[in-house]
Amino acid sequence: MALLTKKDAGLILDPLADNKPITIQVLGICSALAITAELEASIVMSIAVVFVLGIGNVVISLMRNIIPSKIRIIVQLIVVATLVIVVDQVLKAFAYELSKTLGAFVGLIITNCIIMGRFEAFALANGPWKSFLDGIGNALGYGVILIIVGFFRELLGSGTLLGIPVLGDPIMKTGLYATGYENNGFMIIPPAALIVVGIIIWVQRSRNPALVEEN
Amino acid sequence: MAINTDKNTYTVIFAGVMVLVVGSLLAFLASGLQPNIKENERFEKQQNILYAMGVNENGDDVGAVNFIPTDVVEDEFSKYIKEQLVIEGGKTTSDKEAYLIDLKKQLAAKKKGEPFKLPVFIGEKDNKNFYVIPMYGKGLWDAIWGFVALDESMTVQGVYFDHKGETPGLGANIKMRYFMDDFEGESILDGTRYAGISVAKGNNDPLNKTKDDNEVDALAGATITGNGVAAMIKESVTLYKPYLETIRVK
Repeated sequence: MALLTKKDAGLILDPLADNKPITIQVLGICSALAITAELEASIVMSIAVVFVLGIGNVVISLMRNIIPSKIRIIVQLIVVATLVIVVDQVLKAFAYELSKTLGAFVGLIITNCIIMGRFEAFALANGPWKSFLDGIGNALGYGVILIIVGFFRELLGSGTLLGIPVLGDPIMKTGLYATGYENNGFMIIPPAALIVVGIIIWVQRSRNPALVEEN
Repeated sequence: MAINTDKNTYTVIFAGVMVLVVGSLLAFLASGLQPNIKENERFEKQQNILYAMGVNENGDDVGAVNFIPTDVVEDEFSKYIKEQLVIEGGKTTSDKEAYLIDLKKQLAAKKKGEPFKLPVFIGEKDNKNFYVIPMYGKGLWDAIWGFVALDESMTVQGVYFDHKGETPGLGANIKMRYFMDDFEGESILDGTRYAGISVAKGNNDPLNKTKDDNEVDALAGATITGNGVAAMIKESVTLYKPYLETIRVK
């Protein structure tokens, strides 16, 4: 027996292909603006979200029959906040360096609308295994966009990737900078993320016209 | 058996149970991990103080911040830090545990007009004295803090900055070498005035070659965090001025 049925595999793969959370569902835009100025931050955030959304979806799915519908949003919020705080505390006690790196992301994860969005749209109506796959799939789909945006913003804005200069030294004018190229300071401020996301949406929809909404 | 989850009584009971479960889980976890976390924070403070006075593992690595490893930091701390002082209302006393003083609480006490303590760490390396003073301020989103090591001429020998929640990739870069290293060699004095060091945009000195202008080059996209750093330095320098005057070589 295969570990994943075709339908299960779809849960993971769809958000990576045509149902990307950021560009199609337009969820998680705020964190995509905030932390994509550097590739490394994008990668860290993606991993953190994979973890929180995977586990969170399972927890919500297990509780789906006993959660009172009137307060379900609050319950979801408590679950995700608790998860993030637990992870943060455990890291602080046993992997202090890592927890320092992640510190700034904690608040951003709790308020990430992808997480609440998937709890509400999927985990409340499906079993734990399916919810787990859905969580991982959506978090990866989110991460892919984050990493693409981070890649371009860091490359064009700072001329580095993962902190390593790849285009030469902008102050000493070596490498590409010797030809008169300059870093684009606009790329490191948040609005640039919207433009990059916009271009990704454009590319995606021109390749697959079925995604274009009728107006 | 299906439960009617729409009933008000069920909702109230569910909310109550949820709060109890989550609350006790977090309380249990927090108190269980507290000793470990406290220990980590203590080591971190020692690492930060030593880092500011140039005791670190940076070596030839020009890019990253490399602290003294946590397993030896305690020994190194007692080796390099000759004396820890506490300044309280004009009186200076020696205190082995001065580094545990939380500057945030002391500044809050000062604001309320209550007595407050200020720690100073006197380090010695290569027959040179370092006077390390702590700093605490606010960035764009949350707290920022750090240490600055000075010599007798009030020239910065090294700094360490850290932050709680500045934007990754922008304000968070105050703890990067390329920002912190710029402070080395700058003076906190402008003539005889305790001016601090401002984080300036457009000072036409991105390599920071001019060391007598009380300015370092700012981080692009992190204006408010940078201003916070400058304000924090200024505040600490002003606060410690009476002490610094006693050690300054005139």
